[in-house]
Formats: sequence, C-alpha cells, structure tokens
Amino acid sequence: MPEPYTVVIGLEVHVQLLTESKLFCGCSTRFGSAPNTQTCPVCIGMPGSLPVMNRRAVELALRTAVALNCEIPHFTKWDRKNYYYPDLPKGYQISQYDLPLSRDGWLEIMVSPLPSGEGPGVRADVLEEGPHPNPLRAPTEGWSGEGTSSTKRIGIIRAHLEEDAGKSMHDEAAGKGDSRIDLNRTGTPLLEIVSQPDLRSPEEAKTYLTELKLLLNYLGVSDCNMQEGSLRVDANVNLHINVAEKGTAPEKGIVPLLLRGQSPFPAAEGIIATPIVEVKNMNSFRAVERALAYEAQRQYREYQETGRKLGEAPKSTRGWDEASQTTRLQRSKEESSDYRYFPDPDLAPVIVTEEEIEQIRADLGELPAALRTRLEQTYGITPYDSDVLVNQGRPLVDYYIELAEACGDGKLASNWVQQSVLRTLNERQIGIAQFPVRPAALAELLSVVKSGKLETVRARDVLQAMLETGKSAAEAMQALGIVEVDDAAVEALCRELLDANPKIVAEVQAGKEKGVGMLIGQAKRKNPNLNAARFRETCLKLIQGMN
Amino acid sequence: MMTTLIHQSAAELLGLLNAGQATSAELTRAYLARIDAVDGKVRAFLRVDPSAALARAEEIDARRKSDKPLGRLAGLPVAVKDLLCTTGEPTTCASRMLENFRPPYDATVVQRLKAADAVLIGRTNMDEFAMGGSNENSAFFPTRNPWDTTRIPGGSSGGAAACVAARMAPLSVGSDTGGSIRCPAALCGVSGLKPTYGRVSRYGLVAFASSLDQIGPLAGSAEDCALLLEVLAGHDPKDSTSVDRPVPDYSRTVTEPLKNLRIGWVREHFGEGLDAEVEKAVREAIRGYQSQGATVKELSLPHGKYAVATYYIIAPCEASSNLARYDGVHFGHRTDEKAMVAELEAQRKDLHQRGDQKALDDLDNALIRMYRRSRAEGFGPEVKRRIMLGTYALSAGYYDAYYKKALQVRRLIRRDFDEAFKEVDLIVGPVTPSPAYKIGEKIGNPLEMYLYDLYTVSTNLAGIAGMSIPCGLSSTGLPIGLHLQAPPFEEDRLLRGAAMFQQATDWHTRQPEI
Repeated sequence: MPEPYTVVIGLEVHVQLLTESKLFCGCSTRFGSAPNTQTCPVCIGMPGSLPVMNRRAVELALRTAVALNCEIPHFTKWDRKNYYYPDLPKGYQISQYDLPLSRDGWLEIMVSPLPSGEGPGVRADVLEEGPHPNPLRAPTEGWSGEGTSSTKRIGIIRAHLEEDAGKSMHDEAAGKGDSRIDLNRTGTPLLEIVSQPDLRSPEEAKTYLTELKLLLNYLGVSDCNMQEGSLRVDANVNLHINVAEKGTAPEKGIVPLLLRGQSPFPAAEGIIATPIVEVKNMNSFRAVERALAYEAQRQYREYQETGRKLGEAPKSTRGWDEASQTTRLQRSKEESSDYRYFPDPDLAPVIVTEEEIEQIRADLGELPAALRTRLEQTYGITPYDSDVLVNQGRPLVDYYIELAEACGDGKLASNWVQQSVLRTLNERQIGIAQFPVRPAALAELLSVVKSGKLETVRARDVLQAMLETGKSAAEAMQALGIVEVDDAAVEALCRELLDANPKIVAEVQAGKEKGVGMLIGQAKRKNPNLNAARFRETCLKLIQGMN
Repeated sequence: MMTTLIHQSAAELLGLLNAGQATSAELTRAYLARIDAVDGKVRAFLRVDPSAALARAEEIDARRKSDKPLGRLAGLPVAVKDLLCTTGEPTTCASRMLENFRPPYDATVVQRLKAADAVLIGRTNMDEFAMGGSNENSAFFPTRNPWDTTRIPGGSSGGAAACVAARMAPLSVGSDTGGSIRCPAALCGVSGLKPTYGRVSRYGLVAFASSLDQIGPLAGSAEDCALLLEVLAGHDPKDSTSVDRPVPDYSRTVTEPLKNLRIGWVREHFGEGLDAEVEKAVREAIRGYQSQGATVKELSLPHGKYAVATYYIIAPCEASSNLARYDGVHFGHRTDEKAMVAELEAQRKDLHQRGDQKALDDLDNALIRMYRRSRAEGFGPEVKRRIMLGTYALSAGYYDAYYKKALQVRRLIRRDFDEAFKEVDLIVGPVTPSPAYKIGEKIGNPLEMYLYDLYTVSTNLAGIAGMSIPCGLSSTGLPIGLHLQAPPFEEDRLLRGAAMFQQATDWHTRQPEI
C-alpha cells in the first residue's frame, strides 16, 4: 500500500573545486598533508592580510553552473558571512549572499515511474505556480519519456562559491582534552549547489546525487571524494501528508507560505506539511538514502503523535548516526543564526561577460545525458548499456568508443567492456588508463570472435592471457594453441564420434537433434580448438547424409 | 650639528647624505637623541629600538661608501604607525588585544620602505585600532601635543604627527580612515596626505574599515610628503583594491606651482561649530591662493551633512567584521583559561545546588565564555562601542535601514565631489572645527568626538585624495590646518597646491618649543 504522504526533499551539496591553490591565496589545496602545513597569512586570516580571488575557481564554478543550465548573471560579488567558530579564523566566511554567480538551473535525472502518481497536489503546484522564473525550466518540467526510462528535471535554486572552513578535531573524552584545529582546508574553494525541493523519495535523492557527481566528474571540476570531504551533502526534508484521503475534513490555510528556507510548495487543500528538518552528517550516498528514508518515517510518526505542522515548530537540524541508523536531534532551538551578511570590501565584484559565458558553454564538452544518447544512436546499444558505460566516466567511454569503432560492433564491444573489462578493473582496483589491453588489441580479439572462429569462452581465456603476458590476440591464441580447425579435420572428428555412437545417430534420426550436444564435450576433449557450433552443424549434416 | 640636522627637511637631509656631508648613522643618532630628549614629554613612540636603527643606518652607510645601489630614501629615518605588520616585530595597534602579536610577514608598505633603504626608527602610538581622533584611546598611554602637552595631538595617527612636529623623525607613515592622518597633522602643525583609495596597498595594514582605510605620509612639508608618497604608492597584486596606475614622480614636480588654479570652498564648511580663529586662518589661506593668481569659487556639497552619520555606520560595520578574528583562538589576547574554567565550574555547581535549571541552561559553554572574556579584556571602550554599533547595524532587519542606506548616501557624497571637481581643481577648507582640545575634555562624550571628524570623513567616503597643511596659529599658539582635497589620483595636484602655499608662507616651518 502506498504511503499516505509525499516526501519532499531538497539537497545542498558542497563540492571542493579542483584548483591547485585556494580561493583567495596561493596555498595548495592538497588533501592529507600534515596539519597546518598548507597555510599562509591570508588563509589563516592573519591581521592585515587580504584576499585575492582565484580566477580558476570562478571558471570552474561557472563551468558547473552552465552545465547545470543555470542563469549566469553578469554581475556577482563576494559577501562576508559572520559567525564565530574556532575553525573559522577570520570570524567570517567569504561567501556569496544575494547575488550568487548562478541561479535557476536544472539537472535531469532518470527515474523509475512512481506506482500511483506521486502524491496529491504537489506536482500540480509545481506545474502551475512553481516559483521558478527560468523560462527554460517550466515548459519541460515534469515527466518525459515513457515506460521504464523516464527523466525528471530537478531544479537548481543556485550554485555559489565560498571558502571552506578548517577542521576541528575534538577530543571525545568527556569535557577533557583540547580541541585541535587544522587550517589546511581553510580557504579551499567550495561550490554550494542548492536544489529545489523537487525530489520525492530517498531513491530519487540518491539518483540526483549520482547524476550530479557524474556531471562534476565529466566537467573535471571536482573529484567528488566523500571520504576526503570533497563532496558533502545536507538534506532538507519534510512530508506532505494527505489528510483528505483518511476521511478527515480538509483544513484550510494551514500552511504558511514560503517562509525563508522552507519548502516553496504551498501544500494544497487537504495536504498537511510537516516541519522541515535539515539532516547532516551523511557520509555516503547510501547514507543519504537511508537517512532520508528513516527521517520520512520518523516525521510521519511524529506527526501522528504530535500533530505538529510546518510553521508550528522551528526548523530543526538532525544528524545521521551511522551506527544506530537513526537521525538524532542536533539543534532544535531557533538559534536565529544572524550571519550579518554584507559585501566584502576587500574584494572587487566579479563581472562575467556574455562572451565568457559562451566560451564556457563552447568548452563544456559532451555531458553525460548527451553522451548516452549518442552511444545509443551511433552504436545501437540499449539505454541500459549506455547508462552503465557513461556512468563509469569519460575515459571508459572513450575506450569503449575506440573499441566499437575498431571492431565494428557496438553491441559486442559493449558486452565485452561491461563484462571482461569492468570485472578486471574491479578485481585489480585500477582505472581504465591502467588497463593493459588497449582498444585496438582488444578489437583484434573481438574481430576473431565476431567472425565465428573463436568462441566467447575461449576468447575470455585469450584476453586473460593478453592481460597477463601483454601479448597480442594472435600471439596469445598461438600460445594457447588455438588454431583454426579446418573443415576436413572437423568432418573427420565428426565421423569418428558418430561411428562410435550409433545410438545418438539413431536418436537424431528420430528427430531428437539434442543428442548431438552430448558429443560436443567429447569432441572438445579431443581437440580444444574445435568450434562447437561448426561441429554440431557438421554432425547434423553427416547424419542427414546417412539416411 | 645634531640640532641643525633634525631641523632640516627630509629633502635637505637626503641632499646631505648624497653629497657625503652627513651619514645615516649621524642622522639616526641625532633623531634618537632627540627622541631621548623629548619623547618623555610627548610619548609619540610605542617602541624605539636604537641599536637596530643604528645597525641599519650603518649598513646603509657602508653600502653608500662602496657605491652600491641605494633606495630612494637611503639612510633617512622613518617612523611607522604601529598598525603596519613588520616581520617578527610587535604590531600592537595600541591594543591590549595585540600586545603580543608579532606578524610573520611585512606589510607591502613596510617592504617598500625597506626596499627604499629607509631606517625604520620606531613605532608610533595611535588610537586603539585607529579608532579615535585624539590618541586618548591608546591602550598604553596618550600621546601629547608637542605644542601644548596638556592637549591632544589628534588621531588616530597622533604619534605619527607628533613625532614629526617634535622633530623626532623627518618622515612618518600613518593611516587615514576618516581623517586619521589629516586631523593630527592639522593639530600638530605638520603636513599629512591621505591618498586616493587604492593608491597605496593596504596589504599588512591591520584593518579598521577596509573600504575607507588608506596609508599616507606625514612630514614637515608638502615636498617631503611627495618624497615619501612616491615610495609608498603603487599597485600591489596582494591588495585587490589597489589600483594599477603608474606612480608619478611626485617629488620632481611638487615645487612647480599650479597655473590657472581654480579653488573652491564649501559653503557648508563655514557654518555653525567652526571656531572663529580657524575660520579666519582658512579664509586667509584662501586669499593667499587668490593673491597667487587662483580663482576662487563658492561651492555646495549638499550631502556632506550626512557624512558623519554615514561614516559612523559604514566604518563600525566593517570594523565589527574585521575585528571578529580577535577571539582568543587564533589571534589576540586570550583570557586566563584555568581561572575561567574554574569560575565556570563553580558557577555551574552553585546553580546546580540551587536547582536553577534555567540559569544552568543559559550558562556559557567554555568556548563562548572564552570568547566573551578574551574580547572583554582585550578591547578598550571605544573599540567595543564601534563593534557594537556595527554589529547592530548589520543585524537582520536593520541592514537595509543602516548599511545599505549608508552605501547609497556614500554614492551621493561621491557624486557631489565629482560635480564640484568639474568646476574647481582643489577644494579648500578647515580640517578640524577647532585647534587641539585638552586631554580628557571630550572623553565622556563620544558623539562630540565623532563630530570633530565632520570635515574629513567625506574624503574617505568618496575615496578621493585629501591633505592637511599648516595655515596658522591660534591666539594660544596652537596650529591650525588647511584642508585640501583633490579628485581621485590627483595627488600630484594636491602636493603642488600645498607646496605652492608653503612657498608663499612659513607656517609649515614653525616648530613647537619643547
């Protein structure tokens, strides 16, 4: 039975950009160095020091924003977000407040169709009065495609640049011990990508994150390593509960409109929105999925117990606890965090010209969605196959394309890449760049397979030999003693075995062709190079001739 | 010899050094002796390191002797306001907060002075974090006016001006956020220039209000200011607000009088609140220009009346953020943690025993208590006042009414100047409403002190160039300053206009008896 509510999720993703140096100074952004070795007067906020903007970071941010179909204003600026924390040495973070470098974009994700509509009222709200001024977005909003591969556009509210803070390491020994601060990370460029609350399930949230990460990889703007903190996710989640369905009279005017930071969906009549909860501390996409699933159930339970609706309780923050697989309250009081934003007087505003935006657009390269379509159209593979290939990243796709071109069979190439190649990469924990067999060499092998002269099973042995010895396909086949068995030899072997097995001959003559299969094993033992299909074919022909 | 040396101008001293008629060591010794003799009364310096200064002077002399290339100021003593970072040396901003701060790097301006082979003779006193106009806000001691040591020298670069007035240094570097070079220059009877915003790098200047702060020279004459500005000015890639424009040879052109000079005086600057003697001296100065062939025009700067209010929004807002880093974690004074934690524990225990759960809930955690204590102990009252003003004005719900509005007015103030400079080359007027007042006279009235900035803050808000030069003495023998203002990047015009006046008058040569 479907849940009596819709989950409404918006995600805030922070990604560290792949710049050599920090956002406002020349210090390295490398991860894992000894604490406080990648610092200078600027990034540690030494009195008198001044920030100088890293152009490269802005370029990477714009590149991402353009790829996310965002509007890029021609004027953007830096603001100070003032708050006290020991890992924030200046007492403020340089960020972007009211004029971010991009806004109103979208990312398309593939979704499985929902079983029974996606919850009352919500979709209609988006379609009819969604708060999105971006004309690019509205007309294509919603579902497209049919059957199993629908796509959905997830709105991007904004993507802006800011500097990362340092890391605090707390001694957990209750109340004792000092906290330690590592400022190596301080000032690393962070792109904050804020989605609309367009996600409707934990699975969708995970899909969005996977697609976003893939896009960032293709753009080469971030390595998105969650373990090293180069990609961090916070989620805002609440429920729209259908109270009408349960037979209760619809309440009117129950949901306050568009409070700051809250879901921009005015829930329709008969729908109750629960208070929004921010979930933090999720260290993997799987954790995001689980935390959101847990949180949805928890909120529903809480609503049933307390009846509390959006606007009746302050927004709270909960942390995902991996060990207990639950979320725990971190902050409930409305500690009205007043960041006293104001334009940073140490930095000039950034002017972005139309030409620059066009240049960035021209240099974007082929992005995952377009690449999937091209693979399907050019090489005749299925959407599933193109998805698997594209999701592995551009270098693997390039390998695939080279292979498909060289062997002339996109489907065959796709099967081999997905099976043998990916398995090897997994086993050896290497990337495609380290895969020893280059596409041309593999194509040579596949051509033999394609000609029917080599069976897949044997061909795998050949590839294994190529991987181990670095030999070419021909050399490896030779080393394995694989030579083509000529027609005369096949026929001789057939006669030999048929003569020795009159019972099978009789069976076949009686119409049970299956019997020939029993001879294949024997034949293979006599000559491992024998092609089973040809053997079978020859046998049948011979038996026919016996009549 | 010694007395004659210290009474000469920097330009003359440079001539003596270049001609081999004096050594830097002699010069430095002469100034050190003067500091010894009079600074006990004036207290312009927070620190002087005679042996380091002498060693530096001797090293420069040795290089001169062996005909090695030398910098623009080779061998000249220069005093530096104690808010410019200098590697390994205390840079206190006259605050308890930074009493033990030793930066690991040089401010760009300090680097330039070192590269110019200046002898950095000492660090001058100031109002704490450059906040104030009297030097009474120094956490260590007030500097006194060399003309009357019961009076203020002006501020915040009070030490910088007083040391030049008392001939303890020929050249001195200050900073000006709302008049902090020009006000003490006026009250101490020296010449001081606030350059156009962006003319001099702010890198390494401990920030008070980033969009207003500007470093500039103080000296005995416009000619000497030109010499020092030439070294200080120039683009710095480390300061995004510094402007990439060539630096003219100010010292080469400074003595050329301005032809067909058009000067303007601002109607609103000669109204209520202006001391009669100051008005008389300034009007006299205007007549002086007239007699040198200048045309004079009466002007109005209609938004000038909002300048003080605008300034006291913008400057504190920026300050509240700039000074947030002094929280005892990374920078600045940290409270005695052991005592603080013990006190906190005792409080907690006491509340627990009394069963006062609400008070217990409201009790600071150790980190917050450390922040509060450290800042309470480290900052003086004026700094706290401005941090609170700025924090309030930037708070949610007030931003539009205060900071945003102030930025709008600021643009109007700049526009007034742009309009005015279409008709005149220089704007002249008073620097301060009155000559130096008594130490302690206004200390209980911050608003009155803020109003003392009324003629100078507009220059900073507009980002243009301004200068104060001596133009008279009051009946009680106190210096009176003449304010000159020029359009952005017209420091050359400003200096020539000032030098023109000094060629025709001798107010800048008057020296206090101390």
